[in-house]
Formats: sequence, C-alpha cells, structure tokens
Amino acid sequence: MKITVTVNGKPYTKDVEPRMLLTDFVREELNLTGTNVGCDTSQCGSCTMHMDGMAVKACTTLAVQADGSSITTIEGLAQNGNLHAMQQAFWDNHGLQCGFCTPGMIMSAAKLIENNPDITEGEVRHGLEGNICRCTGYENIVRSVLAAAAAGGGD
Amino acid sequence: MSNYIGQSMKRVEDPRFIQGKGRYVANLKLANMAYLAVKRSPYAHAIVKNIDTSAALALDGVLGVYTGQDLLADGVGSLPCGWQVPDIKIPTHYALTVDKVRHVGDRVAIVVAESPYIAADALELIEVEYEPLPVAIGARHASEAGVGRVHDEIANNVSYEWAIGDKEVNNRAFAEADHVIELDLVNQRLIATAMEPRAAVAQWNEFTEEMTLWTTSQNPNLIRVVISAFTLHIPEHKLRLISPDVGGGFGSKIPHYPEEILVPWAARKLGRPVKWVATRSESILSDAQGRDHITKARLAVKADGTVTAMDVETWADNGAYLSLVAPLIPTAFYVTLLSGLYKIPTIYAKSWGMLTNTVWVDAYRGAGRPEAAYVVERLMDLAAAKLGLDPIEFRKKNLIPAAEFPYQTPVALMYDSGNYQGLFAEAERLSNYAQLRQEQAAARANGRLVGVGMAGCIEASGPAPSAVAGALGGVTGFWESGTIRVHPTGKVTVLTGAHSHGQGHDTTFRQIVADQFNISPDDIDISHGDTAVVTNGMGTYGSRSTSVGASALVRSAEKIRDKMKKLAAHLLEADEADMVFDGATGNFHVKGSPDKAKAFGELAFAAYTGHSLPAGMEPGMEEDSYYDPANFTFPNSAHIAQVEVDPQTGNIIIQKYFAVDDVGKVINPMIVRGQVIGGIAQGVGQALWEGAQYDAEGQLVTGSLLDYAMPRADGFPMIETSRTETPSPHNPLGVKGVGEMGTIASTPTIVNAVMDALAPLGITHIDMPLTAAKVYAAIQQASAQGGGD
Repeated sequence: MKITVTVNGKPYTKDVEPRMLLTDFVREELNLTGTNVGCDTSQCGSCTMHMDGMAVKACTTLAVQADGSSITTIEGLAQNGNLHAMQQAFWDNHGLQCGFCTPGMIMSAAKLIENNPDITEGEVRHGLEGNICRCTGYENIVRSVLAAAAAGGGD
Repeated sequence: MSNYIGQSMKRVEDPRFIQGKGRYVANLKLANMAYLAVKRSPYAHAIVKNIDTSAALALDGVLGVYTGQDLLADGVGSLPCGWQVPDIKIPTHYALTVDKVRHVGDRVAIVVAESPYIAADALELIEVEYEPLPVAIGARHASEAGVGRVHDEIANNVSYEWAIGDKEVNNRAFAEADHVIELDLVNQRLIATAMEPRAAVAQWNEFTEEMTLWTTSQNPNLIRVVISAFTLHIPEHKLRLISPDVGGGFGSKIPHYPEEILVPWAARKLGRPVKWVATRSESILSDAQGRDHITKARLAVKADGTVTAMDVETWADNGAYLSLVAPLIPTAFYVTLLSGLYKIPTIYAKSWGMLTNTVWVDAYRGAGRPEAAYVVERLMDLAAAKLGLDPIEFRKKNLIPAAEFPYQTPVALMYDSGNYQGLFAEAERLSNYAQLRQEQAAARANGRLVGVGMAGCIEASGPAPSAVAGALGGVTGFWESGTIRVHPTGKVTVLTGAHSHGQGHDTTFRQIVADQFNISPDDIDISHGDTAVVTNGMGTYGSRSTSVGASALVRSAEKIRDKMKKLAAHLLEADEADMVFDGATGNFHVKGSPDKAKAFGELAFAAYTGHSLPAGMEPGMEEDSYYDPANFTFPNSAHIAQVEVDPQTGNIIIQKYFAVDDVGKVINPMIVRGQVIGGIAQGVGQALWEGAQYDAEGQLVTGSLLDYAMPRADGFPMIETSRTETPSPHNPLGVKGVGEMGTIASTPTIVNAVMDALAPLGITHIDMPLTAAKVYAAIQQASAQGGGD
C-alpha cells in the first residue's frame, strides 16, 4: 500500500506491506533508528513517538495507520541544533544510563509536560507508567521531567 | 592530583542517547543483509522426532533453513561452561538441538531470509514432530522419582554439589545455642529484562577468512575466546567482536549465547551479512534468568543476642543447561557471603546445582550475593524478634568491629576494610530512626499496618584475583587490561577491556585518567567494546570496572609518568632522581626549580620525534597494563525503609527509603548515586513484583511484559541517600564498586519492612514477590487464625 507520511517535517511517500509496523517503517525505510523497540506488547514505551500531536507506541501501530499523519521522532525533537528542554533536562539530571528507553521516555515526557506544564511529582510518576526503564530506578527521570517543566519546556 | 575525581561531571555519552543516535546492534544495516529467525520449542521436554523444512525452504525469499545436524556436520562445538567446581557434570549444549528440547524456547532450527517478515513466516512453515517427555520443574523436585531426566547422562538432575565449613563444629554451636532460628525461603527466579533485547549481526570476508560479529555483550573479548576455542573454532586473530552501545546487561549479557554461533555460522554459509534481533518474548524465553534458590537456613543465637553459628542448605535451579558462569553463582559468589557484616564464629553451607526443564540461569545483578544477603538479613530480623530486640540494636551488637579489619570470615573471604558502626550510625541519622519507630507506634495505635525494615549488606565485588578464581573453578583469569596511548600532540586514547552498557565509563574513566596527568578530560577518549581495538579484556560484571579496569589504567599512567620523567630529565640535562611530577601543573620539573620544566605535550612530542632520547629509551608514548586484583573489594550498605500495607487490598506503599552505602572512594557522585538508586529499584522489583512463573508442564507463564511485572515509576518515593567512604586498601584508587550494592540491600530491606508491618498479625514470613494478592491472602489467613492476639 502507498502511504504518505510527514516525519520530522519531511514528507515521504512509500509503498509498504499492510502488516509493516510503524517502528519498522521509521527504522528500516527511513533509517531513523533513534526509536527503539523494547517489547512487542506496548508495555515498555521505548518506541514512543508523536503522531498528530499524540504520544503513540509505534511498535503496535501499523505504518498504514500513519498514512496522512505528521510524525515527530526523537531525531526531530531538537530544533535548529538546540536540544528540547526535555533532552537537556535528562542530560543535566542524569536521567539515563544505558540510553535504550531514553528516546521513548523523552517523547512521552515531552508530551506530558506539554499537556500539563505545572505537573507534580505524582503526576509525572503516574504519567510515565507506560514507559519502563531498567537502569535508573526512575528517580532521575522524574527529576528530569520536573526540571524540564520548571524550565518552561511544556509551554 | 584530584581535579576531576570526586566531581559530578555530566556524562559525555548522553548527547547521542538523548538525540536518538545510540549505536545499538539492532541499528546496523549492511549492504545485502539477510535476516535470521530461530524456531523455538513449545515443549519443556520432548524428543525431536522429525523436522520437515521443505515448506519453509519453498517460501519465496527464504535463503536457507538449518537444523542441529547442519551445525554438527560443520564441527560446531558445544557451548562450554566456564566455571567448573569439583566433580561437576556438564551437559552437552548445542546451539541447535540434535536430540531433544529441554526448555520452552530451546532452539530447534533457524531460517535465513531476505526480510525479518519472511523469516517469521517461514518459521511457521517448519513442521517439527515432538514426542513429549516427563518434565523436571523446580529445584527441590528435580531429583524425585518419575520426573524427567534433563540430560540422559546426568543422574538425578544434579550437576554439582559444593560445601564449605565444618559440619561438626557447626552442629556443636547449634547444640549450645540458647535460640535456634529456622527459616525456609524461596529466592524466586527473575527475568533480567535489559530494555535492549539481545541482537547479533555477522559479516564474513571469504578472502581474508575474517569474521566480524556485532553482539550485545558485556564482555566481547571473553566471548571471542569462547567462540574461537569452543564453538565456531574461527581462529581468534580472524575473529572480531564488537559490542557498541549495549542497552543494559544486568548479567544477562555475560553468557555466550547460541545466537552468537548461529548468526556468524549462517553469514559464512551464505556469504552474506546476517542479522538477528530478539523480540521481547524471545528474550524472555532465551536470555539467562536469575536467582532461583530454595533454602533452608538456621541461625544459632545466645540469650544475650550474640550470633554463634549459621547453617544453610540451598538448592539452586540452573535450568536446562549450564550457562557460562552459572555454577559460580550458588557456590563461591553465594556461600562465601553468608557472614554478611557480622561476626559469626562458624558457618556451614551446602549448595546443590540442579538441572530442570526451564530456561538456563546465570548471573543477574548481584549474582549470588543478593541471595546470601537475603538469607542473612531475614534471619537477623527473625532472631531479633525472637529475642525481643529492636532489629537495628541486634544487628549493631553483632557487627564486625572496625578495629578488626582486615577480617577473615569463616567462609573463606578476607574483608578488606570497613566501618560498619559508622555506616549504621549514618543510617540512623539519615532516617531519623527513633522517629520512624515513634511514627510506627502511633500508626499501629490507629490500626494501620506500618512497618520499618532494614538490611545491612556486604558485597564481594571486583572479581577477581585470578589465582583465587582458578582455585574456585574459574576456567579463566579475571584481570583487566588498560592501555594509555599518548599521541604526539598530547591527546590521549584510552583502551579498556571493561565494557560500558549504562555505567558511564566514558565519563568516569576520563576523570580518572585526566587526574593522572593533570590534563583536560576533553583531551581524552575512552575506547572499549571492539576486540580489534582492545586486544584483551574481561568485560564488565560484578562491579569490577573501576576497581579492576581503572586500576589497570592507573598502572599504565604510572608507566607513562616514569617514562616522561626520564625523558624530561634527559632533555633538561638533570638527574632523574631530582625530577618531580607536579600534580598541580602536570609538568615535570627539577626539584626546587619549577621553571626548569617540561610539559606533558612537549614530552609526548619529543618521545615521538625521537630526536633526543635517553640511551636505551624507545620512541613512542604508549603503555599497557594487566591488573590482577590482590583481593575482592567489599562495598557495604545499611538501608532502611518505611512501608504501609493496606489491609483491604494487601497493596504495599513504600513511604520512605534511606540508603547509606560505602563504596570506597567515589569518582563521580552523580553516577554513583544513579547506580545506587537504579539498583534499589531493581531489588524492590524482586521484593514486591517480579517473578518468573513456570507451570507444571514447564510453560513460562510470564512470557511477555504483560505478564512479568516490572518496576514502574509510580512504585517509588524519592530515595534519600548518603554514604560513608572507607577506601579499599588494595587498589590504587581506593574504590570498591557500586553496581550491585543497591540491588543486594533493597530486597531484604523491603521484605523486612513489610514483615514488620504485618508482625502485629503474627505473620513472620511470606515468600517473594510480596504481591498484593499474596499479602492479602496472608492477612486473611492470619485473621482467620486470630493471629497476633
């Protein structure tokens, strides 16, 4: 099937198998390998990207479902060479260790504070329930998200 | 000479990760690449009667379908076991089975195809005829009559037995004890679940006969030796392993895996690059799992609260095959830690290594040491309760006094240094322990189930003195290599055999090396994880990277400084004995004349021009070292938690968590704290949520992340941390290791806290994980029995 998708501001038209997953589409067809696949059941959130303004788990989204949509992946989050406030906050607060869950975590968290700029610690912890990290114990991720929100990253 | 050590420098590896530029194996794409998939057994134990590959082979886009016989015909060897305790029986372990399947997920055949989608389709077309056999499930049942024999050649499914201590001396101590505390416990099986599933890519060069294998390993140099010597027999100098960014390991990426054989074998067979990436379900069915001990433990105590003896019997489930270092874990990494932080005059302990029809078990964060700490710390709590003592007072009474280090335990280890009284004093201060108890009393008066729990834990980290490892069954040594290459312009490349998969070595090793020469960390690059660059190394596990790996770098730095000093003396026409290295400037100068000096960069350049060198000095400025540690290091910790149990649901809330850790000298406090907190979360996962569940037929019920309960962000409060700093006396940096301490301490801390909360109901022990359902059932049962009245 032929689909047209805008990814990180750039339009792509590609012929894809109906069963192709959105993760495979961005990783294999577009060579955007920043979106990681950590599970196949929508549990871990490593594959989170933004689709038409929503944070979605791309490992259980079909590429054809993205037809006509506008997608932002982790590679498209920084603007004009400037890190997004959430990326900067993860760096400043040691919000990552092995880095594998990080792109999905940052994409989820960026959307969280966009929807709730005055987010509380409890809301961050609840809001990140769909993203699993094995390394950090979450604390520095929570601190990163709160720091990004305080820096106006959700505005 | 300490400008950078001790600073919380931001990590240099982070910019690529936060921008989606991590270099994971799954991201590799090579021209003409083919994709491999593995046909896995749906049975826990069955004879493979026939494999029909014809339909799969006929599928368009399939390049090959292979079985165990194809590998056997090529002379591919059995996966070895690298830890051989006396009289061990090691089963044959082929990458693809040639007779029967021994666990759900065991490997039957492989497909290589033009795309991963076609490979997955082809797997479905392979017809395998199985004859199911009786299964052996559970370490305590594996020797019973009527259960399956996992390997025909190993009777009773017992692979090895291992004991330490004098049973008679121990029995006498128990006979003379005023109290004997008994506890049967299960340290349940866990699934490591590094967020990056395992992956491998291989490329064969038919003209040079060189194989390159990218693999998600914590120790690529070690795996190269194993592949070369035991499995694929590719000459070591023709085999290059690369483990680039690896997305977490936790021990599960130590072993040599069958896919590390299958992928390069297929690449050579087909003359094309081949890639395999595990799905999460596949990881759950094929990554080495962790823990799984069943233990009977006893503690002998005098009426005055003095512990006099311990007796421990453990049945360890090793799964269907012996993984690379599996026998180490219930033996030398477990039994030797049973003294904990305490003076215990005599200990007897015995372990049985059992084989069952389950996924194999190997190192998982802590690897034996958490199991030991859990036994010790549960016994200490039960003993304190028996004596009517506050558990912290009981522990303090039995701590090894600071004046007695180095301390020889009754279970072989010699603890290097420690100040356990100081550690506990800091934990009491940080947690405001007296107030925690007051709050608990008030809550209990209101009928609330609030508990305070603690654990004081030890770890033997930094494996290992090679001679000790050899004596205990290690097939290899456990030194580490470290090279410092000073370039002519004064820039520095550092090669280490340690491997970073989240630990941040690129940052901390720069800090360490920068301080050795008083140069900027920006002028230093750390290189690791590629056997073509780092010739030899043992990798990262057991909290060894800094204490062993960075110690090798310090040794190399000393050699560089020695050479620079000689060269400076020569260039300044001074006597070498009069030359000093100025840590403040990084210059080498004549004693008393700081202006008669040569800078680091000048000396590097002079060493490479070779225009004027002292007699006998070779040009160049590069030094290698192999550091073999004199002893393990012994980080230690005192953790305290406050929890509340909801009697209506059994749900547990962690209200407060305090962690005091002594990891020796700290290089980067930010990273150390990150390791501690991450470790704590992982240990809490075991205490409260995680557990691999096999049913009676050996099906892994927790086969996806829908079923296996991982710790989530909302399961934790902010953790309060502090540390004491007692340097290790036997490595040049004084470091002890931090990777596993949090995990070791938090499991018993949380379980003790929950049991303390449930104490008014008369509940003394529930096996982990303390899920709401289990706790609720225990509360109901206790209430029905009128417990605690």
